[in-house]
Amino acid sequence: MKYYDKLIFDLSKEGRQGYSLPANKWQTSLSELPAGLLREQDPELPQVSELDVVRHYTNLSQMNFGVDSGFYPLGSCTMKYNPKINEEIASMPAFAGVHPLQPSYTVQGVLRVYKELAKALSAITGMAEFTLNPFAGAHGELTGLMIIRQYHISRGDLKRTRIIVPDSAHGTNPASAAVCGLEIVQVKSKANGLVDVEDLKPLLDDTIAGIMMTNPNTLGLFEKDIKEIAALVHECGGLLYYDGANMNPLMGVVRPGDMGFDVLHLNLHKTFSTPHGGGGPGAGPVGVAEHLIPYLPVPRVVEDEEGTLYVEDEDGQSCGRISGFMGNFGVLLRAYTYILMLGKQNVRMVGPLAVLGANYIKESLRDCYNLPIDSVCKHEFVFDGLLDQSTGVTTLDIAKRLLDYGFHAPTIYFPLLFHQSIMIEPTETESKETLDGFIEIMRHIAAEAASDPDSLKTAPHTTPVRRLDETTAARQPVLRYRDMNQI
Amino acid sequence: MAFSYFPHTEDDVRQMLDRIGVGSLEDLYSDVPQDVIYRKEFDLPDAMSEFEVRQYFEELAEQNTSLFCLCGLGAYDHYSPAVIPHIISRSEFLTAYTPYQPEVSQGTLRYIFEYQSMMTELTGMDCTNASMYDGATAAAEAMMMAMASTKKKTRVLLSEGLLPHVVEVVKTYAKFNGVELGFIPCADGATSYGALLAELAAGDVAGVLVPGINKYGIIEDFTGFADAVHAQKGLFMVYSDPSSLAVIKTPGEWGADIVCGDSQSLGIPLCYGGPYVGFLACKKDHVRKLPGRIVGATKDVDGKRAYVLTLQAREQHIRREKATSNICSNQSLMALYVTVYMSLMGPKGLRQVNELSYGGAHYLHDELLAAGLFEKAFDKPFLKEFTLKSLMPVEELQNALQLIGVFGAVEVEPGLVNFCVTEKVSKENIDAIVSYITSLRGAERRGNLSEE
Amino acid sequence: MAKTVEGLYYSESHEWVKVEGNVAIVGITDFAQHAMGDLSYVDMPEVDDEVEAGEEFGAVESVKAASDLFSPVSGVVVEINEALEDAPELLNEDAFANWIMKVEMNDPSQLEALMDAAAYEAMCANQ
Repeated sequence: MKYYDKLIFDLSKEGRQGYSLPANKWQTSLSELPAGLLREQDPELPQVSELDVVRHYTNLSQMNFGVDSGFYPLGSCTMKYNPKINEEIASMPAFAGVHPLQPSYTVQGVLRVYKELAKALSAITGMAEFTLNPFAGAHGELTGLMIIRQYHISRGDLKRTRIIVPDSAHGTNPASAAVCGLEIVQVKSKANGLVDVEDLKPLLDDTIAGIMMTNPNTLGLFEKDIKEIAALVHECGGLLYYDGANMNPLMGVVRPGDMGFDVLHLNLHKTFSTPHGGGGPGAGPVGVAEHLIPYLPVPRVVEDEEGTLYVEDEDGQSCGRISGFMGNFGVLLRAYTYILMLGKQNVRMVGPLAVLGANYIKESLRDCYNLPIDSVCKHEFVFDGLLDQSTGVTTLDIAKRLLDYGFHAPTIYFPLLFHQSIMIEPTETESKETLDGFIEIMRHIAAEAASDPDSLKTAPHTTPVRRLDETTAARQPVLRYRDMNQI
Repeated sequence: MAFSYFPHTEDDVRQMLDRIGVGSLEDLYSDVPQDVIYRKEFDLPDAMSEFEVRQYFEELAEQNTSLFCLCGLGAYDHYSPAVIPHIISRSEFLTAYTPYQPEVSQGTLRYIFEYQSMMTELTGMDCTNASMYDGATAAAEAMMMAMASTKKKTRVLLSEGLLPHVVEVVKTYAKFNGVELGFIPCADGATSYGALLAELAAGDVAGVLVPGINKYGIIEDFTGFADAVHAQKGLFMVYSDPSSLAVIKTPGEWGADIVCGDSQSLGIPLCYGGPYVGFLACKKDHVRKLPGRIVGATKDVDGKRAYVLTLQAREQHIRREKATSNICSNQSLMALYVTVYMSLMGPKGLRQVNELSYGGAHYLHDELLAAGLFEKAFDKPFLKEFTLKSLMPVEELQNALQLIGVFGAVEVEPGLVNFCVTEKVSKENIDAIVSYITSLRGAERRGNLSEE
Repeated sequence: MAKTVEGLYYSESHEWVKVEGNVAIVGITDFAQHAMGDLSYVDMPEVDDEVEAGEEFGAVESVKAASDLFSPVSGVVVEINEALEDAPELLNEDAFANWIMKVEMNDPSQLEALMDAAAYEAMCANQ
């Protein structure tokens, strides 16, 4: 990667243009509008040629690391390969050119994708019905919690305003619950990393709306007591929410619906191969059991007896509208493409091969790195720093050194249960050779920590920029080009 | 087992299982209660080859009817330059995740910084985040931000001129988040200043959200609004179409504290409603309550200019239930989309887009009135979309338009229909459509149309 | 070892209180600033805000952590340390020389529930 220091604004020169638009033949002018409704000065946007733009963004891209650049073992993010056919299907003009308010009978192909994708997700997860409207995992969580609240409210069960969240949960769980107006009750993990059923029991009463579970949890461990937990929570009148962030190891092997979950969200950008896009767009479809179907958000796709699909906009029982239109349709197309490629045969291998890779790395590195919980993991696992911590080399140093060797770093300092967490998730799309290369470098770094700790503490050395001054960035935020002279 | 996305040979699997010390892939699930393992066949199609998948989607695509778009209402058919898809499909952008490791994410961080810079220019605000899901959810976040930024206030006011889908989403968030909403009606097609003052009088208003251009297409005049809201210690918030902000008075100039909206109008394909990209911008005083990712400029240890996610202590992964919002991503690639669009367009290109849309919309507006099947609904300034009162039954009008492959005349309120014109619409297009509509008038007089 | 100052009151949530007449001057301890690392922001209340003993009145943030501040006493905020708005690092430089807020107490007996320097040091030693 080479360093390139320009902002597009730095290339701007008055009089250059990068656009090509028709000539104005209308014989009108915006100056006909009342002067009080017009802006006084043009925005200071760049004036650059088309080639300036192409070259600038190509240069920027070359300072970025993606799944296509190399191994990206970012725990809990499922950085699997993003098939190229997905992109081609999503850009087909017959889909990309459709206005969201077009009448149903002119968009039967679009609505068919919604219907079929929802059905496929139901088959994979064991849920009765899906909404595909949520835009992301966190948005799916929020939607799922709204459905849970709406269910209790519709039954007149208004006391249920508390939700149980394990201490190992992603930070998004409590944040989503708070946005949904729920109070968070934390349940502890046992020493083996699993939810403590004995700690859970006294929390269950008639104020509990439900419990949010990630299974396997953020340590990559399967919650073995899930059926007992489901029975206990249901018995108290609560519902079970499944955070699908960690669905990949279960794909094709275990269906959340069969474990007793009432509501779940999936991250199509994780388990279903749609690209992460530098942070989005993703999609977070929400699946529900039969008894919660009435509370799904609107708009919904409904099929009539003749097989014609239409969009239903209003339903008094629904939790409401949670998206401007009907979600990230372009992302849904990609996920459905992936499912059709997998088919009923290959879907069975996704989970097992993901789990195989994670356990293979774990067993290959446990003599160098501290494995706090020793058991078979699922798609990911957590090391708590180096086995030999005497050198003062931290998880941050290890992560930065990996960048020098051409790997993306794992997720670090999460989960919070350990001080030096390194969370590794390889996914099923990585070959044994890639994993062996990673293992070799991780062992090499462990050796360097002993022989030359300074090279780690000052890493990375070969990246376009090195460690950043994040403290100044937070103390005196410079958030736009106009304020650049302040640094 | 051979499949193009799985690189494992049988021998690889064997060696890996040996290292782990288990006999089979199934043994990796020994910790899972055996009665939840799914052993039946999945109700999914058989695996398809890439060619078969392509064919399948082509068949689905044929079930859509391609229509010439004369509809706005929150999704705009602006031209998208050829450069953009080439840039955003560069896999270093496409297949990266959130820039947690800034040393190998300067590409993503740099374009987000550019995006923030451009959005602040358009809105007249001091800061924006790295983008939101869409305009409607950005409006809901603005509501929560107003609640978090003001103390002891219980209500947020929404103009009834906001797009209906935006209002519906804000209502849903408000219901569960415990925010009380109030509504300001429109008078003669624009948010009523008198009604605003009456609602503010109670002193319980945390914020007021109004549309820069409302659901009738009218450019609103906010004279006095900001002062009235600020006098009650509330926040003045504007829902804006960013494309229009290149030419119309900015929310910053109107004295707004928070601006939100959907940047789809900056060249993003219609794509049945998503992915689009919401934006949320604010004055400096409110940045600590701004949800989502924010990128800041800094230096690395060698003094090189560099960019990093900043102000992270606001966010859900640190604050958990105390964060302003649960959002933990952005629509990053779509933010790149509009950044490249704005780079290509510059101030002059965006002005040209607005000039062309304005000219075409006013031509269509005048020609439709002249055709005799419509009456004016309001007499207020508009930019690229407008509302007319239809003199023929709306459904008949819509069906007639679809017969010639045109999508338009969406009903905003009973009898009131929307039309929108962008730079993609030519005079010849409009003349042909108007001449057809004029012929309907003859047909209507003869009573033929309603019999068809 | 983090330092303490004799003659101040200390809370379990790592705030210190210096009493001047009926006004409690509140800050965070050296132990707290050390645990947080380089501070980037101090979220302070506004003058005239009412604060309750044991309730949140603000927060301190570093690059990758945030910690709520809990008022050791009940009363009304009469002054905040505006210097911290632009220079949160003052708390890192000297946590005891840089206070956060001054509170007009409405129940000075609440001070009795707080620790002295020795007790606070003993508590920190166990953390």
